[in-house]
Amino acid sequence: MKVVFERPQALSDVTTHYCPGCTHGIIHRLVAETIDELGILERTIGVASVGCSVLAYDYLECDWQQAAHGRAPAVATGIKRALPDSIVFTYQGDGDLASIGTAEIIHAANRGEAITVIYVNNTNYGMTGGQMAPTTLVGQVTTTSPRGRDTKEAGYPLRMAEMLATLKGVNYLARVAVNSPANIMKAKRAIKQAFTVQVEDGGFALVEVLSTCPTNWRLDPVEALKWLDDNMIPYYPLAEFKVSGEVK
Amino acid sequence: MAKVEFNEERCKGCGLCTVVCPEDIIALAARINKMGYHPAQVKEMDKCTGCTLCARICPDCVIKVYR
Repeated sequence: MKVVFERPQALSDVTTHYCPGCTHGIIHRLVAETIDELGILERTIGVASVGCSVLAYDYLECDWQQAAHGRAPAVATGIKRALPDSIVFTYQGDGDLASIGTAEIIHAANRGEAITVIYVNNTNYGMTGGQMAPTTLVGQVTTTSPRGRDTKEAGYPLRMAEMLATLKGVNYLARVAVNSPANIMKAKRAIKQAFTVQVEDGGFALVEVLSTCPTNWRLDPVEALKWLDDNMIPYYPLAEFKVSGEVK
Repeated sequence: MAKVEFNEERCKGCGLCTVVCPEDIIALAARINKMGYHPAQVKEMDKCTGCTLCARICPDCVIKVYR
């Protein structure tokens, strides 16, 4: 018998701090598999965000730089321009990229910076205790929207992928989910494509990954997969929005 | 011939692997591991087809698959 599945080399052999069933771990593995398959570990630099995924620098074996909250695309811009042969990616949550970091992501995308962005959307601020985020669904209960998100007070959930797809600087843009083996395999293809874009011709690429947060959603991990399917995907449809700079 | 190996001390007992297994041969153990979780275990290894679905959904990279 041959080994057909094992921990990728770019993924550190440690226990993560993530809650049981949190799908950050799956997304980390997909990034690590991509780094292994493209053979880019020695020249890859990650930029960590603020949020649960800040500790990604302990879990992926590439080089890392930590950025202030939301500023990862600006820091990544600097690294990529100073070291153009490196492969630079950011790994940001929705509390980071879609709120305090909205300016940075829009302008990095609009400039067509040659970076890859992994944007993990779990509809809340996970690390700080499940507060309402710009991505929280209408009616969704969080610690700061105990009666559900009210659009009169808090507006509507931000669809970052659709918004960024209007920008000419974007080469590749997709939204995927990691709530089933089939979706995970599609997510892997999108993440690999987003890194390949940078390896081959240096455009801006972003993958939005719909992710679960069982702890703050107050669901068990299996129920959380279904909640994502029933509630998130109808509002955040899975698609490739831009491929090779063309709107799909 | 196929088999899976679970690194049970790394398992957080989330149970995602138990629901995606098409052969329904994975269940959480009654014992607890060092972290205090009930680790996932395979009940009937001879039924394993090595499809890798459990490993692909595992957030903690606990599972190694042979085929």
